[in-house]
Amino acid sequence: MKRLFSIFLLFTVLLISCAPVPVPAPSAVHTEGTQSAASILPTDQPPATSAPASGAPRNLTVMTHDSFSASEGVIQGFEKTNNVKITFLKSGDAGAALNKAILTKDAPIADVFYGVDNTFLSRAIEAGIFESYASPFIDHIPDQFKLDLKNRALPVDYADVCINYSKAFFAKNDLLVPASLDDLTKPEYNGLLVVENPATSSPGLAFLLATIQKYGDPGYLDYWKALRSNGLVVVDGWESAYYTNFSASSGAGPQPMVVSYSTSPAAEVAASTSPLDDAPTASVIAPGTCFRQIEFVGIIANTPNRDIAEKFVDFMLDVPFQEDMLLNMYVYPVNDQAAIPDSFAKFAPTAVDPATVPDALPVKRDTWIEAWTQAVLR
Amino acid sequence: MKSRILPWLAPLTFLGIFFFYPLMHILVLGFNSVSLSAAPQFFLHTSGVLWFTFYQAFLSTLLTLLVGFPLAYLFARYNFPAKSFFRALTAVPFMLPTVVVAAGFTALLGPRGWVNLALMAVLHIDHAPIVFVGTIWAILIAHVFYNATIVIRIVGNAWASLDLRLVDASQSLGASPFQTLLRVTLPLLRPSILAASLLVFLFDFTSYGVILLLGGPRFATIEVEIYIQALQMLNLTAAASLSLLQLLCTLVFSSIYSRYISRVTSVVKPGAAWINLRKKNNQAQKIFIICMLSFLFLFFALPLFALPLRSISILEADRAQQVQPGLSLTFTYYTELFINRRGSLFFVPPFEAARNSLSYAAMTVLISLSLGFPAASALVRPGKLEKWIDPLLMLPLGASAVTLGLGYIITFNHPFFLTKWSLLTSPLLIPLAHSTIALPFVIRNLQTALAIIPNRYREAAAVLGASRGQIWKNIDWPIISRAVVSAGAFAFTISLGEFGAASLLTRPEYPTLPTAIYRFLSQPGGMNYGQAMAMATILMLTCGFGIIVIEKMRFPGTSDF
Repeated sequence: MKRLFSIFLLFTVLLISCAPVPVPAPSAVHTEGTQSAASILPTDQPPATSAPASGAPRNLTVMTHDSFSASEGVIQGFEKTNNVKITFLKSGDAGAALNKAILTKDAPIADVFYGVDNTFLSRAIEAGIFESYASPFIDHIPDQFKLDLKNRALPVDYADVCINYSKAFFAKNDLLVPASLDDLTKPEYNGLLVVENPATSSPGLAFLLATIQKYGDPGYLDYWKALRSNGLVVVDGWESAYYTNFSASSGAGPQPMVVSYSTSPAAEVAASTSPLDDAPTASVIAPGTCFRQIEFVGIIANTPNRDIAEKFVDFMLDVPFQEDMLLNMYVYPVNDQAAIPDSFAKFAPTAVDPATVPDALPVKRDTWIEAWTQAVLR
Repeated sequence: MKSRILPWLAPLTFLGIFFFYPLMHILVLGFNSVSLSAAPQFFLHTSGVLWFTFYQAFLSTLLTLLVGFPLAYLFARYNFPAKSFFRALTAVPFMLPTVVVAAGFTALLGPRGWVNLALMAVLHIDHAPIVFVGTIWAILIAHVFYNATIVIRIVGNAWASLDLRLVDASQSLGASPFQTLLRVTLPLLRPSILAASLLVFLFDFTSYGVILLLGGPRFATIEVEIYIQALQMLNLTAAASLSLLQLLCTLVFSSIYSRYISRVTSVVKPGAAWINLRKKNNQAQKIFIICMLSFLFLFFALPLFALPLRSISILEADRAQQVQPGLSLTFTYYTELFINRRGSLFFVPPFEAARNSLSYAAMTVLISLSLGFPAASALVRPGKLEKWIDPLLMLPLGASAVTLGLGYIITFNHPFFLTKWSLLTSPLLIPLAHSTIALPFVIRNLQTALAIIPNRYREAAAVLGASRGQIWKNIDWPIISRAVVSAGAFAFTISLGEFGAASLLTRPEYPTLPTAIYRFLSQPGGMNYGQAMAMATILMLTCGFGIIVIEKMRFPGTSDF
């Protein structure tokens, strides 16, 4: 019996000793490795609308999707200036996070929600999870991004969903890079393209919307049938498409063209294993081939922390965060005063005349996806 | 009656709060806004999905039994070098994230996989001869790969404690080995085979990641449809109807099982399992062991091998600058794991992620064992109450993880939970959610072990003057300790693999190894991919190491098994 107890004791000790370790609090001192993003940024803080408060910091909870990222220095700057402690609730992919915000709207668990995109925006507005806030920074945001005129959701960033291709493959095979959606149905591109299923992937849906904008409803279905007979490959999500099927990623798959983001080539350079002078991939950015995805932030309705929530929204739209976001999430800033680094201008040009959200999306979304599924998968 | 209810108090309260109530809550919400206009079309579509779900689960279970059965025999009856290593190896796939397993299978059998490249070189052809990813075979083989460990453990444990005198008697009466297997061994193993089959079947029936990643978008199970409806279409009503359908199917399967299992009895000789181990192996048996181990290694290790290999090699094929896709070795990905290059707020060092994963797993083991024990003891001598409760205990395995996850959100967001413990955002909710999935495993493991203790042994001991404690120590414990270890190992792997509804919960402060892998895989770039592979290798090692440690815990009265 004694040994039995000692085992349980051992187990308990083990359990206590490995109690969860929280992510370390942002440290004031930057280690050598952290220069890249933080040191490029201007060190001055966003204009504080009021003097830093004293006393115990107040809490602000920001609900967002799993892809959210930021430099700890920038966030810490906000926290210090405003005497606030921010908790980020990462709540799954964009769809899952929004769903949680909607399900908890009667007893909100967050003060701010960031990460609803233009394809989901109407659902968020309809569900009434946001309250209006006309941030002073909206003057710096071009009108094309302002989709909610009542300012319940404010644009923060955008990214163009485009076809990425392997430069080496096209050079080696003396093949011209496709210049339009029509080109993709030509025999020379047979079996070369992998796309994501729009029912399970947000870039997949974005690319479907680009084809709907171009060919109309039901014309897009004929286009997809032509793609299908031209050896189109469909996978469930971006990770599979990019890392398993795309030939120019580290996964070294079979397809030299993939639906990804126009910024992906810049990420390939920044996060390469050995230093690269040139990107191994590039994007097709010809008119009408891309879809512009815009991400929004909103203040959760009835938050008791409206004043800090407003400051946080201002902070997200101000230059330091806008420039930091670029390198952490590979999205473009909406604030026209934010500077774009050379590597972005070089490897990640924005799309020319990209598609936007069709007016009928809120009502037709399910129908389009279902019809697409029937035409392409069944 | 009072003493009957008592052991159920803790497990049922737990399942009530963390399973039945959240599930009911979300289903009610889903049906509140039901519109019947789309119903006929919905059911027409669903019947096809239901048929495929059933069909692939049935085939997968059959194949898993075929593969797992001889391996269970191997582990139960033979002693060979590195046995715990091989046993841990079969358990590693069970907890690996699907993204990682899919990467492994693709590296092996994909269009650019090693097998296809080798065949193309040998046969001088320019297209891949084997099409694997995107076929039903990929789904079936991945299910076997994931779930064979369930059969190996549950059937293997039962086999190890079989009364070999019955087998000897059969053979001395002139039965051939095949006849003995068919007439004696199989009937004796039936309870464990059925229990393992039900668990495997439910896992395959609610399969989601394997279907999406390896089967591709052409295949859809009910769980895949629920995911699409709930998280992409934001159509809660459709998701709720599908969840209900899935629950009803689960209830039917587990009811059939518990009806049947109560009529099956088993005769075993209690005692240390090592007695059943063959000491000296003859030539034929040695060949059998070598063949089985080679198969085991090929089947379980080869798809996993791609991950550690990729985590140390710079593989930048088809790049503009590097024409030669040279394979050079590097530890960069591992050293980079420790550096926060971008000064990111969400950076997590690998040891911390491993520590968080391990502590969640340890809590899950403790919670599920302490709740499962009274339940399993009560189930061994079933009364009226147990007959009703039994099938309900399996429901967590058949419930939609997506739906339950959403149920957690609306339930634990209630002001009561919010102000008292703020449970929804508490890290404690994660091991609690893992325990709902681990509990059915723990109960079935302990139940099959407890069921084989003949009551006359206890009575005899009592007559001879043994106290209750002595009876427990000398009779019950030696027999069930093996099952406790096995149950603990299941709970451990389930938690490490982040199963079920927990994947939908938010965890702001304590990132685990799987969440770290997903973080790297969500951005392009060779460094991110390499680091994901390095993190996956760390996850594999952590799991293998954890299982070996659990199995090496020497309980009093047990020997090697």
